[in-house]
Amino acid sequence: MADQLICQCRKRLSKAFEVEADLRIPLRQAPVTVLFGPSGSGKTTLLRMLAGLERPDAGSIVFRQRPWFDAARAIHLPPQQRRAGFLFQDYALFPHLTVAENVAYAASRETARKLLDTFGLAELAASKPRAISGGQQQRVALARALAAQPELLLLDEPLSALDAPTRSRTRHELRRMLLACGVPSIVVTHDRMEAVALGDWMAVMVEGRIRQTGPVQEVFRRPADLQVAESVGVENVLAAEIVGRESGLLSLQVGGARIQCVDSGETGAVFACIRAEDVALTREMDQLSSARNRLAGRVRAVIPEGALARVELDCGFPLVAMVTAQSAGELALREGEHVSAVVKATSVHLAVHTSVVPPERPALQ
Amino acid sequence: MDWQAIWLSVRLAVSTTAILLALGLPIAYWLTFSPRRWKFLVEALVALPLVLPPTVLGFYLLLAMGPRSPLGALYAKLTGGMLPFSFQGLLLASVLYSFPFTVQPVAAAFAGVDRKLLEASWCLGVSRAATFRRVIVPLSLPGIATGAILSFAHTLGEFGVVLMVGGNISGVTRTVSISIYDSVQALNYAAASATSLFLLCVSFTVLALTYALQRRIWAVWPIN
Repeated sequence: MADQLICQCRKRLSKAFEVEADLRIPLRQAPVTVLFGPSGSGKTTLLRMLAGLERPDAGSIVFRQRPWFDAARAIHLPPQQRRAGFLFQDYALFPHLTVAENVAYAASRETARKLLDTFGLAELAASKPRAISGGQQQRVALARALAAQPELLLLDEPLSALDAPTRSRTRHELRRMLLACGVPSIVVTHDRMEAVALGDWMAVMVEGRIRQTGPVQEVFRRPADLQVAESVGVENVLAAEIVGRESGLLSLQVGGARIQCVDSGETGAVFACIRAEDVALTREMDQLSSARNRLAGRVRAVIPEGALARVELDCGFPLVAMVTAQSAGELALREGEHVSAVVKATSVHLAVHTSVVPPERPALQ
Repeated sequence: MDWQAIWLSVRLAVSTTAILLALGLPIAYWLTFSPRRWKFLVEALVALPLVLPPTVLGFYLLLAMGPRSPLGALYAKLTGGMLPFSFQGLLLASVLYSFPFTVQPVAAAFAGVDRKLLEASWCLGVSRAATFRRVIVPLSLPGIATGAILSFAHTLGEFGVVLMVGGNISGVTRTVSISIYDSVQALNYAAASATSLFLLCVSFTVLALTYALQRRIWAVWPIN
């Protein structure tokens, strides 16, 4: 219970918009928490309240049993006393200082030098921030934050300042760095693939409110309500292992089944993401085509959602399909019945995910 | 040329600029970052010397410095001297008169510093005062230099306030502009023109330097 971040606070930003966060993050089980939601949902405001950069109107924030903010007791610790490292969207490196001076800004030269080595920045030590690439700036910002020995890292859309190819490469890299530094992190993002690739735990924010929290896969598989479902968009996030690779296709072992997807060079442990709309159901068991995944499954539940029906299947792993109510009727789907689920190889999106949590903080300090 | 007056003016301008930097930086910081609603009143007060006739400012200062006013009485008690018609009195008047010339460029420079850099510094555990010294001031150097140069030049050329508060005592309160006025009154056009030309050249050089700094013709720190 002690190792938690509990945030129950609200702040009115305008007449029509109020951020109201009720959030409880188990820091030990969730080294990286993703704060996910569409643009303008109040994620950044919440992150700034956690950092002490914005003062909530009411409520409390307690980090590891230490009150950071408590409206009732008039406690509002300034950012300096919270020891929460903040990574800004555009990194906010000091332009008049070199890379080395930036990292050493709030630390000894010795600590800074070690961090520069760890993050592969030693060669850039004498450069000014504007002379280095976006990915390098991000590493400098992370090193600078870690140099101050924070107890929590807050990252505001850390990948959005990068161009698209760098972004997908950096995602995995960032997750590895966040795990390696051993400091619990909260990452704000509106990109669902980023959420899957970076997070262990996820909090979904819609219209200023935290609507759902839980392990990333759980949130994707069982959205609490329609708005969460709409904002997360991907119902199936499946832990998978790459078992084969040929002619542009990857074979994945997912639970007791195999599926194929397009090969974009991923390796190791991945998450396969499939939108429920991309899962087609059929009673026909033949007509195998190489580009398609045809999975024998059993219906576990059929839940009508307006003109659509949400069908939960067991195909050796749990799979959610979204079909029209009409075709659900035509297929006469009932619990326990056998059907085939068809998923195009191009509809399976992979997110690389390092799930191993290192037991101890490595030699950063 | 009245070298004694020039030397006095330079001394006055250097002292005024030094005091203005010490006072103006914190006030500019407060004006830039304070969330107080009534700070526009302070802004108006600071800018007042820009529009007020120097004689009006000088008149009120003379009243405030007089031995019967609280300020004058306090000064007399502390030092045994009098503020009006002294170098110290002149200095006080110059500081007030040139206030906006320091505060406005400096406040503009402070406002130009990306707020995220300050927040980044705070989140790294660095106090507000240290952040001011380590981030805001280095990034505002061109604005601070502009403020200092303008205050220096403005003090060098001031006339009305000096006349009201300092009078015309050679070596004590007779500044360059008073000396020129004196020469013209005495129909000594040669002396007046020499001193005037000197002041013109100094003013032009100073302004040229200021604009060069602002356009970064000579960058204060190298741009990679």
